[in-house]
Amino acid sequence: MAFSHQTIEKNTGWLIILTILIVSVGGLVQIVPLYFQRYVTQPVEGLKPYSALELSGRDIYIREGCVGCHSQMVRPFRAETERYGHYSVAGEYVYDRPFLWGSKRTGPDLIRMAGRYSDDWHRAHLMNPRDVVPESNMPAYTWLADNKLDSSDIQAKMHTLKAMGHPYTDDEIANAPKDLEDKTEMDAVIAYLQSLGRSMK
Amino acid sequence: MEHKWDGDLVELNNPLPNWWVKLFWITLVFSAVYLVLYPGLGSFKGVLGWTSWGQYDQEVSDAKAKYDPVFDKFMGQPVEQLAASGEAHDMGQRLFLTYCAQCHGSDAHGARGFPNLTDKDWLYGGDGETIQASISNGRSGMMPPMGAAVGGEQGTKEVANYVLSLSGSPHDAQLAATGKEKFVACAACHGEDGKGNQMMGAPNLTDNTWLYGGSEATIIETITKGRNGHMPAQLQALGEAKVHILAAYVYGLGGGTPKQAEPEAAAPAMEEAPATPMAQ
Repeated sequence: MAFSHQTIEKNTGWLIILTILIVSVGGLVQIVPLYFQRYVTQPVEGLKPYSALELSGRDIYIREGCVGCHSQMVRPFRAETERYGHYSVAGEYVYDRPFLWGSKRTGPDLIRMAGRYSDDWHRAHLMNPRDVVPESNMPAYTWLADNKLDSSDIQAKMHTLKAMGHPYTDDEIANAPKDLEDKTEMDAVIAYLQSLGRSMK
Repeated sequence: MEHKWDGDLVELNNPLPNWWVKLFWITLVFSAVYLVLYPGLGSFKGVLGWTSWGQYDQEVSDAKAKYDPVFDKFMGQPVEQLAASGEAHDMGQRLFLTYCAQCHGSDAHGARGFPNLTDKDWLYGGDGETIQASISNGRSGMMPPMGAAVGGEQGTKEVANYVLSLSGSPHDAQLAATGKEKFVACAACHGEDGKGNQMMGAPNLTDNTWLYGGSEATIIETITKGRNGHMPAQLQALGEAKVHILAAYVYGLGGGTPKQAEPEAAAPAMEEAPATPMAQ
């Protein structure tokens, strides 16, 4: 008898091999070509890797779980671009490791935050969101203003990212701890927010 | 292989229901048609030439055609005149609540560090044109730390008391008297009389309106550390028509001040000039 359905069902080895093959096709066909497409791998014009302060702010953003309520991707619908600004493109996220697109918008999308509000506004808002947006249900993050920024691992972080292709200069890495001196976590988060989406403004 | 166990247990091989098989074939046909019409096979663009950004651009231009006239119709009217229009006021209010209320408050009364828009006290000027420019291009108000320039801690305290005396607030007259001399360092922006300078956005210190607070301690803090006020530019996000309506709304909040007489006097002269060639 030739190769039939029964042969597969009765031979566990064949069943495993063929199942893996079939299941992986879906992933491979969708994901692998992206590694070779310019618009995915090339940074958009003017995109800069996060500075030491912004990078620290990004880590605090991750620590505080901001991504649980705020997305960082504007989809190409008029209803979204009207509110947030230009829709997102893949090349903007080249220096985001990992990306923080999020999947839930309890609060607004933040990827076009750069320059939308002043630093003072962000400070007031993070201390108590109700002071500036009365109907807001965002928690206050008062401790950010008290916590001094930890700069002990910033150079290691930047070295790692550089190894992965982020164009940091040696000077930038050398000066990183100095850039973070006397800064609070609040300063870092605000610097990070003010950097979001600046390349697509 | 034997498909019978224990005498009466048999394995049946029932055919799938007919409707299910047909549905299966329909999905195969559907995917083939889909892959011909839409992009999906490698770099093949699909017969219809559909792209997600193409659909987005279409959506935007449809909306532009529909909504732009609603906002554009006010463009011809100067801000001062538009402020009296009820329709523009309602539209302006909705725009204000969406885009401006986060900083200036839903009642436009502002907050500490965010100017009140309903009073007559303007940092940059309250005529229509200036308000529109403030909204369009934003403003960056910067006061440098002046502690050293006015003579350290003691000097700062004296100047603070002099500043308090300018608006008739409770102050220590003796400190104010010595502070007056040291105010020279401040006069470059705030003017010798402390009345401010709208060209630079330097606030008037003689009224009792305070952006950051008018207590002695706050004024000392302001002098020592300086202040940075920043209003983000809105033109790119909102477009000229919406900024125009917003300017009229803000003008009409009660603080709008008509332009000084000087440019108004110049206006008729400019109207006459083109009239002559037209008559010829």
